[in-house]
Amino acid sequence: MGGDPENRTLKLLKVGAARDLGGPFSALYSRGERMSGQPKRLLRNLNAKIAAIPMVLTTLVVFVGGTIWTVVYSFTDSKLLPRLRWVGFDQYERLWSNSRWMVSIENLMFFGVLSLVFTISVGFLLAVLMDQKIRYEDTFRTIMLYPFALSFIVTGLVWQWILNPQFGIEGIVRGWGWESFSFDPLNNPQTVLYGLLIAGLWQGTGFVMCLMLAGLRGIDEDIWKAARVDGIATWKTYLVVIVPMMRPVFITTLVIVAAGIIKLYDLVVAQTSGGPGGNASQVPAMYVYDYMFQAQNLGQGFAASTMMLLSVLIVLIPWAYLEFGGKKHG
Amino acid sequence: MADTALPMTKSAVVPSGTKPRRILSGRNIMLYGILIVVCLYYILPLWVMVMTSVKGMPEVRLGNIFAPPVEITFQPWVKAWSEACTGLNCDGLSRGFWNSVQILIPSVILSIVVASVNGYALVNWRFKGSDVFFTILIFGSFIPYQVMLYPIVILLREMGIYGTLWGLVLVHTIFGMPILTLLFRNYFSSIPEELFKAARVDGAGFWGIYFRIMLPMSLPIFVVALILQVTGIWNDFLFGVVYTKPELYPMTVQLNNIVNSVQGVKEYNVNMAATLLTGLVPLVVYFISGKLFVRGIAAGAVKG
Amino acid sequence: MTKSIEVKDLTLNFGSVSVLKNMNIDVQEGEFVVLLGPSGCGKSTLLNCLAGLLDITEGQIWIKGKNVTWSEPSARGIGMVFQSYALYPQMTVRGNLSFGLKNQRMPKDEIDRRVARASEILQIGPLLDRKPGALSGGQRQRVAIGRALVRDVDVFLFDEPLSNLDAKLRSELRVEIKRLHSKLNNTMVYVTHDQIEALTLADRIAVMKGGVIQQLSDPQTIYNKPSNLFVAGFIGSPSMNFLHGKTVDGGKAFHFGDHKIDLAGYDGGAVLERDQAILGVRPEHITVSHDAPAGPSIPAVVEIDEHLGADSLLWLKAGTKELCVRVPVEGRLPAGTKVHLGLDIAKASLFDNKTEQRI
Repeated sequence: MGGDPENRTLKLLKVGAARDLGGPFSALYSRGERMSGQPKRLLRNLNAKIAAIPMVLTTLVVFVGGTIWTVVYSFTDSKLLPRLRWVGFDQYERLWSNSRWMVSIENLMFFGVLSLVFTISVGFLLAVLMDQKIRYEDTFRTIMLYPFALSFIVTGLVWQWILNPQFGIEGIVRGWGWESFSFDPLNNPQTVLYGLLIAGLWQGTGFVMCLMLAGLRGIDEDIWKAARVDGIATWKTYLVVIVPMMRPVFITTLVIVAAGIIKLYDLVVAQTSGGPGGNASQVPAMYVYDYMFQAQNLGQGFAASTMMLLSVLIVLIPWAYLEFGGKKHG
Repeated sequence: MADTALPMTKSAVVPSGTKPRRILSGRNIMLYGILIVVCLYYILPLWVMVMTSVKGMPEVRLGNIFAPPVEITFQPWVKAWSEACTGLNCDGLSRGFWNSVQILIPSVILSIVVASVNGYALVNWRFKGSDVFFTILIFGSFIPYQVMLYPIVILLREMGIYGTLWGLVLVHTIFGMPILTLLFRNYFSSIPEELFKAARVDGAGFWGIYFRIMLPMSLPIFVVALILQVTGIWNDFLFGVVYTKPELYPMTVQLNNIVNSVQGVKEYNVNMAATLLTGLVPLVVYFISGKLFVRGIAAGAVKG
Repeated sequence: MTKSIEVKDLTLNFGSVSVLKNMNIDVQEGEFVVLLGPSGCGKSTLLNCLAGLLDITEGQIWIKGKNVTWSEPSARGIGMVFQSYALYPQMTVRGNLSFGLKNQRMPKDEIDRRVARASEILQIGPLLDRKPGALSGGQRQRVAIGRALVRDVDVFLFDEPLSNLDAKLRSELRVEIKRLHSKLNNTMVYVTHDQIEALTLADRIAVMKGGVIQQLSDPQTIYNKPSNLFVAGFIGSPSMNFLHGKTVDGGKAFHFGDHKIDLAGYDGGAVLERDQAILGVRPEHITVSHDAPAGPSIPAVVEIDEHLGADSLLWLKAGTKELCVRVPVEGRLPAGTKVHLGLDIAKASLFDNKTEQRI
C-alpha cells in the first residue's frame, strides 16, 4: 500500500450516487435482511436481561404489585385473612374516627415538624462550624456521626435509661440538692414526644451535618474568593450566597429526613412502647403493625398503611416535580 | 484563565497582614467551645452505657449514671450475653446474636451481588425500559415499608419460606436493592465507557466484563456497600419482627424484648450491657471504616 | 482491489432523534479513511456502529464480504483504539494485549508469539510487565494500538486516538500510525476533529456534519475543491475568505461590492448568471501589492499583521468586508498600509448561495 496516491484518488465516490439510486430498492433489501436479523436482536444481550430479572421482579411484584395490592385490600373488610369483600371507604371512616389513629397522626405531625426543623437547622449550623478549616475535623465528625450507625432500638433504650426519673438526669440534679427539679419527659403524656425528639436528634443530626458539609464543600472555592473581594461578611455570605446555592441539598435532605420520619417505628417501640398511658406516643407505623399482626384486623392495617403512603406522596410529588419536572420546562 | 487565577491564589496564600490569626482568638474559643459541647452531647449516651454496664446493681441504684464505677464488674455483660430473659426464654442475647449473624452474612452477600449486577447492567447494558425499572426502584425506596409488609408475607408464604431465615434474607435483599443499585450504578458510570467498549471488542461478554474488568476496578465501592449493608441489616428491627419466628429473632428484637420485658426486677446494668453488645457490631464497623461510612451514607443522598 | 468495509443505507435513530442519516460508504482494502467533522457530527457514532458497539436502526454493514450488521464486536474482525486508551488498569501491558486472545481461547504459545511481534513493532517490549498506570500517555496509546495489532485483523478503527496527547507527542505518533499503515497495509478508519491529522493521514477523508457525509474524497480534492460551503469553511486554518456577490456577464465575472472580478480560469461547472453567489478564496491564494495591478483588483487596508514564524497573516479590510491573506515573512506590512488584492481564480471556489453547493 506504499505509493500510488493517484490511483486512490480515483476510487469510487459513492455517497451521493448511492443515496439517490438506492432509495426504494435498498429499503426493501434491508427489510428482508432484518427479518433474519431481528429475532437475534431479541436474544442479544441475553445475559444482561437475565441478570436484570431480580430487579424487574422486585420493582414489578413487590414495589408496584405490593403497593397496589395493599391499596386494593384497604377497601375490603379483611380481618384475620385478606379477602375481597368490598366495603368501600368503611375502613377509612373507622380509621379517622379511631382516637388512637388521630393521636398517631397528631404525634407524627408534631414530632415530624420539630424534628425536621431541628435536624436541618442544627445539622446545617454544625456543618458551617465544621467548614471553618478546623483542626481534628475527622475526630469531630466521627463523634457526631457514630449514633447514626446504631440501631434505633439501641438509641431508644439508652435514652430511656438517661431520661429515667429515678436514676437519670432528674435523679442526679435532685441529688445535688435541687429537690423540686423535674425532668421526666417519658412518663408524661404532655412531654413524651420531646423525649423522643432528644433521642431522634441525637441519632440524626450527625447524618444531616454530613450531607450539609458535603454540600458546602461542593461549592466552588471561587465563590468565596469573589465574596471576599466584594467585602461581604462571612455570615452574610452564608446567608445570602451559600444557602440559596445549596437549595438542592436542602431539598434532598428534607425529603430523605421526612421519608424517614414517616417510617418512624423502632425508636418509639424501644423508648416508650407507645406509652405512657397506653397511646400517648403512638405513631402510624405502630398502628399499622398492631392492626395487621396483633389485632388481626388486616383491613384497618391496610387502610392505615395506605394513608402513610399518601403522606409520603404528598412529600414526594412536589419534590419530584421540582427536581425532574422543572427541568423539562426550564 | 490561568493568568488571572495565579495572582488571586497568591494573594490568598500570602497573608495581608491586617488580621493575624492566633490560635486563642475569640473566634476560635467560640468555635471549638461549641463543637466540644456538642460532642459531649453525642458522647454522653455511650459513656453512660459503658459506665452503667460495668457497675453492680447496688451501685447503679445508689449512684449517678454519669459517674465512673467504684468497682468494675463484668457480671452484667455475662448475664446479658447468656442469661437475660425475654418473656419467652432466658438464654440472653447470644441467641439473637447468632441469629443476626446467620441473617447478616447471606443477606449482605446476596444483596450486594444482585445490586452490583443491577448497577452494571443499568450502566453498560441498557435495554428497553431499564431506566423505567430503575426509576421505580428509586421511588420505591420512599414507599413506607408498612405498605408492602403484608403482600410480602403472602409472597414468602407462597414460596414456603415465611418465618425462616431465608425469608428474611430475601426481604433484606429486596429492600437493600434501591440504595445499593444507585450506589453501584453511580460508581460504574464513573468508569470510562471506552473501557467497556474495548472489552467488548476483545470478545468479553456480560459476565466476562463484570468479573474481569468491572469487579477488580470497583473494590472500594464494594467495601462501601458492605459497610452500608452490615450496619443496615444488623440494625433492622421491623423486618425481624414481622418475618421471623421468636426463636429466630435477630439481636435487635431480642434486645428490645429483654429490656422492655415487664417481668422481673429491672436490671439496668444488664440492660445497658445488652444494649452496648447489640450496638457493638455496627460501632466496630463504623470506627474501622471511617470515611468510607460517610461515603456510603452520602451516596444515598446524592441522586445520580 | 476489493472492498473491505461496505456501509449500506445505514440509519441510526436514538428515539426520535436521527443521528446518522442513510449513509453509504465503501472502504477499499488497505485504504486509510478519516472521518472528520465538528463534535456532534456523528463521526464517532458511525465508528461505534462499524465496531458493533451500537445497534443500528436501518441498513447493513459488511466487513470483508460478510454481513456483520448483527454480529458481536469481537466477531467482526476489527481492532479498535480509543481516545482515552481504555487500557484495563488492573492488568499488566501483557495482560492487556492478551486479554482478547484469551477470550478466543487461543493457545498460549500463539498468544506469546503475537504479543512479542506487536511489542516489537511498537517498541513496547520493556513495558510488558508494567501496569498502565505506570506508563506515559504516549506509551499507553502504543499499548492500545498493540491491543488492536495482536488481534491480527484487517480492519483497524481509531476513535480520536491522539486527542489526549500533547502537541509534540501527537505529531510523533501521527507519523508512527502512518508508518504502521504502510507496513501492515490494512484498512484503517480513523475518527478525528483535527484536520491536520486528517489531511496528513488519509487516503480519503469523509467530512461529516449533522449525521450526513458532506464530502468523501482525497485530501487534495477536499482542500482545493470543497463540495459545499460547510466543507470549505471547516477545512483550512484560518478559514477560507467568503465574498458575497453575484455573477454577471453570463457567468464570466463576479460582482463584489463595486468590484468586478474576472472569473476566467475558474475550475468548476457552468457558472451562469446568479443573483447571489459566494466566492471562496483561501488566504494563500490572494496576492497583495502596493500598486494597483493591470486588471481589476480590490483595494484594502491592512488592519492587523499576525506573525506566525514561517509566514504571516494579514487581516485586511476591503470596504466593510474582512479578509485574511497569508503572506511570506518578507511580505509583512504594517497596519494602515493601503494595498491592492489580486485573487487566484483558478484555485478559488464559487458557491451557490441557496444550495451552498460548489458550482
